[in-house]
Amino acid sequence: MTQTVAQRPTFSPWTDPESVPLIRFEGVSKRFGDFVAVDQVDLSIHAGEFFSLLGASGCGKTTLLRMLAGFETPTSGRIFIDGTDVSAIPPYERPVNMMFQSYALFPHMTVEQNVAFGLKQDGLPKAQIREKVRDVLDLVQMSRFGGRKPHQLSGGQRQRVALARCLAKEPKVLLLDEPLAALDRQLRERTQLELVGIQERVGITFVMVTHDQGEAMTMSSRIAVMNSGCLEQVGTPVEIYEYPGTRFVADFIGAANMFEGVVASDSDDLLVVTCPELESDLTISHGGSVPVGAPVTVMVRPEKMVVQRDRPSEGMNGVKGIVADIAYLGDVSIYHISLPSGRRVEVLRTNLRHTGEQELTWEDEVHLAWHPANAMVLTR
Amino acid sequence: MTALDRVARRWGRLIVGFPPYVWLLIFFLVPFLIVIKISLSQAVMGIPPYTPLLEWGEGAVLTIRIALGSFGTLFSDELYAFAYLNSLRLAAIATFCCLLLGYPAAYAIARSSHSVRNLLLLLVALPFWTSFLIRVYAWIGILKTEGLLNGLLLWLGIIDTPLQILETDLAVLIGMVYSYLPFMVLPLFATLEKMDLSLLEAAADLGCRPFQAFISVTLPLSLPGIVAGSLLVFIPAVGEFVIPDLLGGPDTLMIGKILWAEFFDNRDWPVASAVAVAMLILLVVPVMVFQRLQGRATEGTR
Repeated sequence: MTQTVAQRPTFSPWTDPESVPLIRFEGVSKRFGDFVAVDQVDLSIHAGEFFSLLGASGCGKTTLLRMLAGFETPTSGRIFIDGTDVSAIPPYERPVNMMFQSYALFPHMTVEQNVAFGLKQDGLPKAQIREKVRDVLDLVQMSRFGGRKPHQLSGGQRQRVALARCLAKEPKVLLLDEPLAALDRQLRERTQLELVGIQERVGITFVMVTHDQGEAMTMSSRIAVMNSGCLEQVGTPVEIYEYPGTRFVADFIGAANMFEGVVASDSDDLLVVTCPELESDLTISHGGSVPVGAPVTVMVRPEKMVVQRDRPSEGMNGVKGIVADIAYLGDVSIYHISLPSGRRVEVLRTNLRHTGEQELTWEDEVHLAWHPANAMVLTR
Repeated sequence: MTALDRVARRWGRLIVGFPPYVWLLIFFLVPFLIVIKISLSQAVMGIPPYTPLLEWGEGAVLTIRIALGSFGTLFSDELYAFAYLNSLRLAAIATFCCLLLGYPAAYAIARSSHSVRNLLLLLVALPFWTSFLIRVYAWIGILKTEGLLNGLLLWLGIIDTPLQILETDLAVLIGMVYSYLPFMVLPLFATLEKMDLSLLEAAADLGCRPFQAFISVTLPLSLPGIVAGSLLVFIPAVGEFVIPDLLGGPDTLMIGKILWAEFFDNRDWPVASAVAVAMLILLVVPVMVFQRLQGRATEGTR
């Protein structure tokens, strides 16, 4: 179970030590007065990636993106794009383009004029501009609206025009600041996959800022999780979710049940952790090497546990509790199990039966069970 | 919402919206109609000093007498044409100078920090706290031959003999630019302040240098403010009377002064009224046409 993910040949230049990253942040910090928005960030992004900066508002992700675009200058550290230190290069000379959260379409220009704007600055001949404008508007399926002004378009259409305006410049890197935040949910989900499709077609490196973890998981090749100016973890969506590096990441991405404890023994790749609030010790089968006696957190995702009436079989982890709450979501139900210590644990259960009547109900005495391979040990 | 609420709301709106219209009707439209009426009569000695428009004659005959002589006078004596043209010329130059001075000021205020901004706006409005007449009067002290300006220039050694500024068109221009500058700055500030700054970032991002971004983004988006400010300066400047009367000389021909002279010196009410009506037509028609075009051009920019 542990290492069966991603065995097919996939796009993963970051695992190749020979590959030279397209974008490199070297010890980049940004302070606004006393406030440290970005703190000593080292980060490499490779050509062709769809890279996401994920975090809550105020975590510094937008500042990092704006430094890449050139709207902010780092207080310290350096930023390289394609081998060039861009720290002193103004935005209008950088080989990057940004799609703004507000889209920032010029209200006094038509769709075509908006898209042509960047090309005109490059001094391209008129015929070539016209051809490029037509091509990118085709790509985002907006050719029919070339003569309209932005206020005559819907939110989704404006988003496409903003994307087209950036793509027309054929930048080395395209920066997206919460590109889908202004769209309603249905449209957003449809646009997510469309955006990935366009990125694969044009082959431009995308760097996206988002606060929506679902969006980041769906679209990205890799995600950098940020917390108060620092990078918490950088990895593929699977790595971030299944192997979170810190308690913050485990908690921020998806739901997590966490038990504080102390390492009791470490043998045969089986780590035993004693948790004061649990009756029995927990076993984890891929703990790495953690010294005995070290304080750790055992993390189990709600969908990786089973809730059952019977005592779990030998070799499984088991915890006894009472069903305190059931949140019925249709496809799944979330069971809130109250442990003897008073602690609540979340378990996800697929509603297999086609009936409103489920086999477990409130106040039932139940056992939670999970395989040692399905838990994670967090030391940070 | 009940039917009663609806009725109350409709009446509420009427009651709130009505007084200003009644005010304008009684104190602007009616007097203006009277002015038109007077402009269509002939001057006579007496009280009032013009012939009536309507007259009940023998045998219940209603006589309407429309005299176009006053308007004829406007065309036959080229003094009026000169005065009109000079008014338009001075007002246009003053408007242009206000725009040149006011745009950078409005831009700076709109981009300043919130705490400084209020102070700067207060400073723009501060002159209104003193009487307009007194402020224009003060310019006489500055501009006259032995005034402050000439004194300074002489002291600096820039000139040997005092300049004749007072009683020239230049003095009138200085006075008008000074008086009307706030009317240019405030509407410009309002549009510039509203502008989404991410548009300028987008322009820079797309390869546009700051000056080019100003020309192709900021300037077109501030057009409504430029138009509003220009109209607020130009229209009163054309009919200005106080400034040319105090700062201008005997050769400063402006329509406001002519109007005054016809009314109070010549006591020719019909011609004075015709001058006023002609000025209004001259101003209102082009302004309306311009605003309609403008409205179409800037459609959807906000």
